Amino acid sequence: MHPIVSTVLKRFVLGVMTLFLVSLIIFSSIQMLPGDFGEAVLGQAALPETVKAFREELGLDKPAWQRYLNWVASVTQGDLGTSFSGRAASGIDRSRPVADLVAPRLWNTLFLAGMTAVIAVPLSLFLGITTALYRNSIYDRVINSSTLTTISFPEFFVAYILIVLFASVWPILPSLANVTEATPLGERIYKASLPAITLTLVIVAHMMRMTRAAIINLMASAYIETARLKGLSRSMVIIKHALPNAWAPIATVIAFNLAYLVVGVVVVEVVFVYPGVGQLMVDAVSSRDIPVVQACALIFAGTYILLNLIADIIGIVTNPRLLHPR
Amino acid sequence: MSGDNKTYSASGEVALVLQRRTRAKRIWISLKNAPPTAWFGIIVIIAYLFVAIFAPVLAPHGEAQVFKKPFEPWGGEFLFGTDQIGRDVLSRLIFGARNTIGFALATTLLSFVIGGCLGLVAAINRSWLDQGLSRVVDVLMAIPSLIFALMLIAIFGSTIVNLIIIIAVLDSTRVFRLTRAVAMNVVVMDYVEAAHLRGEKLGRIMRREILPNIMPPLVAEFGLRFCFVFLSIAALSFLGVGIQPPTADWGSMVRDNASLIQFAQYDITAALTPLLPASAIALLTIAVNFVVDWFLHKTSGLRDEH
Repeated sequence: MHPIVSTVLKRFVLGVMTLFLVSLIIFSSIQMLPGDFGEAVLGQAALPETVKAFREELGLDKPAWQRYLNWVASVTQGDLGTSFSGRAASGIDRSRPVADLVAPRLWNTLFLAGMTAVIAVPLSLFLGITTALYRNSIYDRVINSSTLTTISFPEFFVAYILIVLFASVWPILPSLANVTEATPLGERIYKASLPAITLTLVIVAHMMRMTRAAIINLMASAYIETARLKGLSRSMVIIKHALPNAWAPIATVIAFNLAYLVVGVVVVEVVFVYPGVGQLMVDAVSSRDIPVVQACALIFAGTYILLNLIADIIGIVTNPRLLHPR
Repeated sequence: MSGDNKTYSASGEVALVLQRRTRAKRIWISLKNAPPTAWFGIIVIIAYLFVAIFAPVLAPHGEAQVFKKPFEPWGGEFLFGTDQIGRDVLSRLIFGARNTIGFALATTLLSFVIGGCLGLVAAINRSWLDQGLSRVVDVLMAIPSLIFALMLIAIFGSTIVNLIIIIAVLDSTRVFRLTRAVAMNVVVMDYVEAAHLRGEKLGRIMRREILPNIMPPLVAEFGLRFCFVFLSIAALSFLGVGIQPPTADWGSMVRDNASLIQFAQYDITAALTPLLPASAIALLTIAVNFVVDWFLHKTSGLRDEH
């Protein structure tokens, strides 16, 4: 077998195994709930029959491995269980399926993350590559020290500074990103612009620094010097010699930071009251609505693992040493 | 070198050079050569610690003392005004230093005890124990730590003890990786083998043979991890699932006063109220980063060419 295929397959199997173990951890979280949460959820006045029915619905009368298999089976079919909220001691069940709660918000979160990525990825690649090529210049120093400062700021600090500047002192952008399903695309972009700018500022700093380090590392290697010494032009050196080896680190940087975006989205969504999965998860944590928390954690962890897997695979596929084996 | 210095004595000068500098003197010399950024960092950290330790003396009002004047403007009796239920913002900032820094420090220490010990044991053992621990850490690190922390808080509830333990355990995975990686290089040294042959116990080898040799990277990592933990606790408190009221804490102070921001057009100081705790967080993080940078530069002997 071609070495690339086998390496990619190995990495893929590892990724699937990680996902399996992570799902096991997230599933067992409900196992670790202290005491009998049937009564905690339904209230002290709950009738014993109601509690019994609730326990049966969650499958607490079955062994744990059987429940895990059922859970995995229903998750793969898009059924994420039923929310804890809306249940009453009387046994009247007004709770909603978790999938209905998550689905529209997932689309919103992906929209925000996608919008950020479209701005942030080209911008940070441009900044990273140019600062690496003109390193130790004033341009490099200014960009470097300003990104170092943004890294040290908590996300909500960046967000509130932007709100004070652009939503309050010069009110040109909305500070409330309350989009609904009916919001047309143009207005949606306008409303999501401040959250997207906040996220961009945060991840551009990371991404640009990592790109810069990767490029500098590469430009210091001996074969680049050889290419320059034999008289190739600067652009030829970069396009023909540096880039093929740079794809892997750049892809890793992008995927790593998109994975970081997944987490950064939580705080920013809460600041701007943007109806996304992150806000849903924080609300569910406050009200201890475990099925919703589990679903959100699974979505975030799944995306995170998937992006890291893609980064590794791109790294393997674009590696010239593996592409042309001896 | 007795009392008189009238005549030049070569042996006297040699003896002078050989005189070992005291620890305090060596620290002073390296501080004198430190760059201004490091000095700035050190001064800021000392100021924060001073405020944190002497909080009850410095604060003009009590930590949770409620006055019947919510959202009082800046100046007058309350330098930075009052918050939504009428607590003095300046006093809460000062007590917040104590709480926020204290909890973050306790969490970082705990995570270093857990991660450091397991990392050292894994590096020395290097068999099934190492394999097992490393795989567990791999899986734990596959979940973003803020998401994992949120999930665990949903299960165990957000008391301060739970918060410290949860973040410390999640953070110790990073400490474990670093400790294991740097200790691996030391474990293969001859003197460790000699210690084994002398019959030294595991605990003694960990403490006396390996630990002193891996101290510099661990100390630098301590600074960086402290920043990370500090920001995580602030983020969780800001989300409302971290440190709970009435304990003063910078993250939740930002959340409580955030609504004041909309008045920036009429009174800029009102909008600055929620930004004060946030900038307190940012300033400490920057200061620690500066000091860590300088320390890493000094101990690794790396020249900052790129």
